[in-house]
Amino acid sequence: MLEYARWKYVVAVLVLLIATIYSLPNLYPQDTAVQISATRGGVVDEALKERVQGVLERSQIDFKAIGFDNNNLLVRLADPNTQIRAADTIRGEVGQGYVVALNLASTVPDWLTRIGADPMLLGLDLQGGVHFLMEVDQKAALETREVGFVDDVRSLLRDNRIGYSAVDRSGSGILIRLREASDRNAVAGLIGREVPQLLIQDGNEPAVLIAQLRETELKTIIDNAVEQNIGTLRNRINELGVADPVVQRQGANRIVVQLPGVQDTAQAKKILGATATLEYRAAVDGNAFDAAQSGRIPSDARLYYERGTNRPILLSRRIIASGDQLVDARSGFDPQSGSPMVSVTLNAAAGARMNEFTRDNVGRFMGVVYIERLPESRIVDGEEIRTTRVTEEVINYARINGVFGRKFQTTGLGSSSEAAELALLLRAGSLAAPVDIVEERIIGPSLGKENIERGWTAVSYAFIFVLVFFIFYYKVFGIVTNIALMLNLLLVVAAMSLIGATLTLPGLAGIALTVGLSVDANVLINERIREELRRGLPPQAAIAEGYDKASGTIWDANVTALLAGVALFAFGTGPVKGFAVTLCLGILTSIYTAVSVSRGVATLIYGGRRKIKRVLV
Amino acid sequence: MNIIPIDSNINFLRLRHVAMALAIFMLVGTFVLLGTKGLNYALDFTGGTVAELTFEHPADLDELRDKLDAAGYAGAVVQAFGSEMDVMVRLQSSEDAANITQTGDAVLTTLSTPENPATLVRSDFVGPQVGKELAQNGILASVFVMLGFVIYISMRFEWKFAVAAIVTTAFDLIATTGLFALSQREFDLTVMAGVMSVMGYSINDTIVVFDRVRENFKSLHKLNTAEILNRSVNQTLSRTVITSVVALLTVLALYLYGGDSLKGMAESQMFGIVIGTLSSIFIACPLLYWMGASKEDLIPKVRDDAELARRP
Repeated sequence: MLEYARWKYVVAVLVLLIATIYSLPNLYPQDTAVQISATRGGVVDEALKERVQGVLERSQIDFKAIGFDNNNLLVRLADPNTQIRAADTIRGEVGQGYVVALNLASTVPDWLTRIGADPMLLGLDLQGGVHFLMEVDQKAALETREVGFVDDVRSLLRDNRIGYSAVDRSGSGILIRLREASDRNAVAGLIGREVPQLLIQDGNEPAVLIAQLRETELKTIIDNAVEQNIGTLRNRINELGVADPVVQRQGANRIVVQLPGVQDTAQAKKILGATATLEYRAAVDGNAFDAAQSGRIPSDARLYYERGTNRPILLSRRIIASGDQLVDARSGFDPQSGSPMVSVTLNAAAGARMNEFTRDNVGRFMGVVYIERLPESRIVDGEEIRTTRVTEEVINYARINGVFGRKFQTTGLGSSSEAAELALLLRAGSLAAPVDIVEERIIGPSLGKENIERGWTAVSYAFIFVLVFFIFYYKVFGIVTNIALMLNLLLVVAAMSLIGATLTLPGLAGIALTVGLSVDANVLINERIREELRRGLPPQAAIAEGYDKASGTIWDANVTALLAGVALFAFGTGPVKGFAVTLCLGILTSIYTAVSVSRGVATLIYGGRRKIKRVLV
Repeated sequence: MNIIPIDSNINFLRLRHVAMALAIFMLVGTFVLLGTKGLNYALDFTGGTVAELTFEHPADLDELRDKLDAAGYAGAVVQAFGSEMDVMVRLQSSEDAANITQTGDAVLTTLSTPENPATLVRSDFVGPQVGKELAQNGILASVFVMLGFVIYISMRFEWKFAVAAIVTTAFDLIATTGLFALSQREFDLTVMAGVMSVMGYSINDTIVVFDRVRENFKSLHKLNTAEILNRSVNQTLSRTVITSVVALLTVLALYLYGGDSLKGMAESQMFGIVIGTLSSIFIACPLLYWMGASKEDLIPKVRDDAELARRP
């Protein structure tokens, strides 16, 4: 019979309530804002707030509000034009030590944010910005590493007094030409033991061996190269001061970078493409704190500051090794003490200098300086001034515990994450893996605005067309269907907001299509009810039969459609993915709304023990 | 209100030879078109650069072309679109993938002058390798969708139904692609998403018809296969038509109000909805008929044996 359990009504009401709450944040418009965050040496505090407020008032720039937000200072402004003016003014006032970024500030009330209700993220096509797809130069990364292994093999042969005429890179790997063919097996065993990353194969001559990088080693090298680039890109994007940037790995060797709201792409590209380098320098005697305070720095030294702690450190002007000589840096654990460490490999030339240096300096300190050159442009009196900002920081300062050469370990690190961070910075400074931009998309802010308006207009019309059609065609059951459809739309929006999915223009198309697809379930039900009525079943029984019989079909039809959606998601990129997300969500929610909720509504109208003469369907 | 007369009883199966001939003609036509004209691949797949610029004053296209030539962009296509101020520039994909001066802001700096400054509305730069991979991913995704269909339908129905369903779906997919080869409309990533979603529509329609076929096979023992197929199509006809009309309405909204970037997608779907509906009736059912689907296919044999064994 036509019944609908009480608990199902409770569930339906709860679903409606939760969906409404989690869709709600999308209704709050965003304020244009300027965000000021501290970088090196800057502090976000009351004093900064007063300074910013002061300069805005002096320049007669109206602002809605000024306040702190997650350790940042946020100034809310009325429109994008004042936003840009305000940002320029504030930038001039606060100067170095702060990053001033254009941002959009949420106006969602606190209680909603606290329960995790946030608006959907807008894709670049809806808000404007830049999308880069970068490819890590695998060849360069492998080359550097192979050169390092050539050095390894040479010194291994030398140390074991095995004569060789050449050890060089060739197209197929490292070619080892021995003096005596009889040394072959000994060499193969030696390399297998000492340099397990290499796979030894026979060459075309008896005295020739070919050493190739193992598959796992290749993967590690590329993974490290990608990870290193993602790390440096993140750092630099922070410098750019972009709100909600995306830096993600895509596939084996690509990185997606999305910078919403960025317009000056040339500048953005320069900053992303900036290079970093490293310098190993010896410590210089003297009190660095005194030197920093008095400004009297010993003539053979330079004053540096340590990253994070800002501790002053005096280092020699002489460089022992530089970034381009660093072959590899990996974090791990010291086999003796079990404490985190970073093992570093230099090339042969730098190894020799390191050996020479450490022989005379055991027990003294050595520092690693990380140098980054960031291009900057500022507008001064209407003219653009391009400068390069050089930041030099000590990323590691440690005692030399013994004499070492090409390979050494840095220990005494606080945690394994600190070790990983140091290894990342060392690799970043080694220039081992340059990146190329293989895809770039720029969407102007006006186009983004246009897209979002068009998208929602299309969704609204799709919806209106369907609602009107159903009322005319199915009458009372048209209303039932429409209630289910509206709840479905609400559920899709709520689900997308909840999982933090990004809404794109094809995603909006997906929502419109969901409307079209999800009606199918309702049509199946309504047609089935008509059929059962024609067969002469009494109204309530016909409705119940209609729902029961249609459910199986709906299930099969939707599962197959869902399969298509999932495959689109798995293999799609960019717009295809956004489209697939909304399509899949729509299919899932429509099964519930069409099969269960609409039945509840129909039961409310036609259920109970009343005698019903006619069903309007 | 009814679009389809109650108790329609059209002999669809009688049209199977005509329908099949038409389908084969469309398939052959599509392959010929794909072989000769090919698809008008957008930059998403070919690689290259597209930049849309808006100038402050009307721009002289020839002058812009000369400027681009002088800057070393050989074969640049410069078109006006919308107004005289809006200009679209297309650059061929360069062999040298690392050549990043091919990007939108490079075009902007080349063409923008102090007298007639331009702003960048949109620009896309895609390296040639990336495009190739996108196309491959699309084909791979379609293959996996089909595989998924075969497995699921074989489990829920029977292999003959699975084969008929995916042949129908593949036909819809290919015919929709054929439309784009014929119209030479730009085939970009969004259109590809649209074409691939046609698979969803197509399978949806086919499954609904098959579901009824299965039900009728089980309940109507007296009728032969042809009668059951015809009856099933007739019974689901009004649902098929209404769903398609409603789906068409939503896609029409996309086409009318969604703007240029959604037009291609909407077109692929409009065509896909129509062809998907027709193929579920005129291709899927005849295929089932020719493969000799029967009620025995749907009743598990093991149970029969068990029942036989129980009899005295």
